[in-house]
Amino acid sequence: MIRLAFCILALIAFTAILVWGQDDALNVPKTVNAGAAFSIPTTGSGKGTLWIVGPDQVVKREVDLGQPIAIAAGDLDNAGHYVAVLASPSGTQTAQFDVTAANQPASISFLARPSRLPVDLQNGITGAVYVFDSNRNLITTPLPVTFELSVASAPTQTRTVTTDQGAAWTEMASAQKAGNAKFLARAGDVSATRVIEQVPGTPCDLKMTAHKDGNKVGLVTDPLRDCSGNPVTDGTIVTFTESWNGGQTTVDAPLKHGVAQAEVPAVLGARLSVATGVVMGNEIRWEGQP
Amino acid sequence: MTRQLLVLGLVLAATGAFGADDGAVRVEPTNLQGPRPLAKQTESAVIRDYLQAWQGLDAAMTQNRPDLLDENFVGLAKEKLTATIADQVKAGLQTHYQERTHDIKIIFYSPDGLSIQLVDNIEYDEQLLDHEKVITVQPVHVRCVAVLTPTEVQWKVRVFQTEPL
Repeated sequence: MIRLAFCILALIAFTAILVWGQDDALNVPKTVNAGAAFSIPTTGSGKGTLWIVGPDQVVKREVDLGQPIAIAAGDLDNAGHYVAVLASPSGTQTAQFDVTAANQPASISFLARPSRLPVDLQNGITGAVYVFDSNRNLITTPLPVTFELSVASAPTQTRTVTTDQGAAWTEMASAQKAGNAKFLARAGDVSATRVIEQVPGTPCDLKMTAHKDGNKVGLVTDPLRDCSGNPVTDGTIVTFTESWNGGQTTVDAPLKHGVAQAEVPAVLGARLSVATGVVMGNEIRWEGQP
Repeated sequence: MTRQLLVLGLVLAATGAFGADDGAVRVEPTNLQGPRPLAKQTESAVIRDYLQAWQGLDAAMTQNRPDLLDENFVGLAKEKLTATIADQVKAGLQTHYQERTHDIKIIFYSPDGLSIQLVDNIEYDEQLLDHEKVITVQPVHVRCVAVLTPTEVQWKVRVFQTEPL
């Protein structure tokens, strides 16, 4: 019986030592908005020291115990998890709390790719955003983000996506009409714009004609257009090839004012062909026409 | 009883002294939002570089050396952590972040391949020293959200934020 009583007393004493040795809890709000003012009540009297520490910010203050500690607006503006410690002559109190990003977007990081692409390409344009508050904290609560792709004389494509952990993305098709497109991402009242250059696509229906030019054959293409009717960009290389038994001549000519032209030796029975990139045009057998 | 308390104390002391170095890392299966597939090598590189970033963070914060952030952080994350170190120096503080466990999940690979976002359910011990005197050691369990971007040879942390679980 005595031994049992001794054991109980020892257990109580041990628990008391453990509890006594532990830090008391400091009364800090569980979550605080980034940059917002808040206060921490204190007890006792005299001077103490407060530390608030986290990877994104540290604060150290000498404080008057018995008075609430005022953390002014803007003092703690980085979102994150913080440990607060108050040391006073009577001991140490600790707490952990979170500073959360404001839900009002103030800036967005907008990655748009590519900066240049052919027209009429499905899912050819991609955009990704990260949304930040006024203190440059990532807003991880879901927010709607609107993406708009607009080009003159074509309807604007719009997509609204909800952010997941601060990120949102979309894919869009390039327009059928060549020209600069405005790619815009908007979250709340802030937006960012990128310019995407939409260039004509691969030529559609490459066709040439041949005519005699002295002892040579003049070759000229019809005006080159892509499959959406956009004129193919000047400078695009068109390759003319003349083949005959045992011989071949090749001429690379850049597109000028929408057409490409070249001269090759007039060889009766030669086969004349034209190509640009992966697009093959028509073939002509040279029979000495005028 | 004294002997039992002594044994208990030794066990607790040993746990505190040595247990911290055995940071366990668990990587959750990737469930990406976004159209870009994530190659296994890229995933491994991102996880490796993110874990190195924690080591770099700890070294920089413990030694109050912002240059130690250069290896693993860029942009916003580096700016904010550098500012923290400046504040620590001004106040005579040091902080020591001893990772205990990581539970990492990659959640977003941007379509352009220029950013990867992950969340890490992390446990660590945060030690605060004021003029080299230990003020407190607190076990912390939070969620870390990080965005990494590729550089010439590795991924670096561009956004680094802890938040409630």
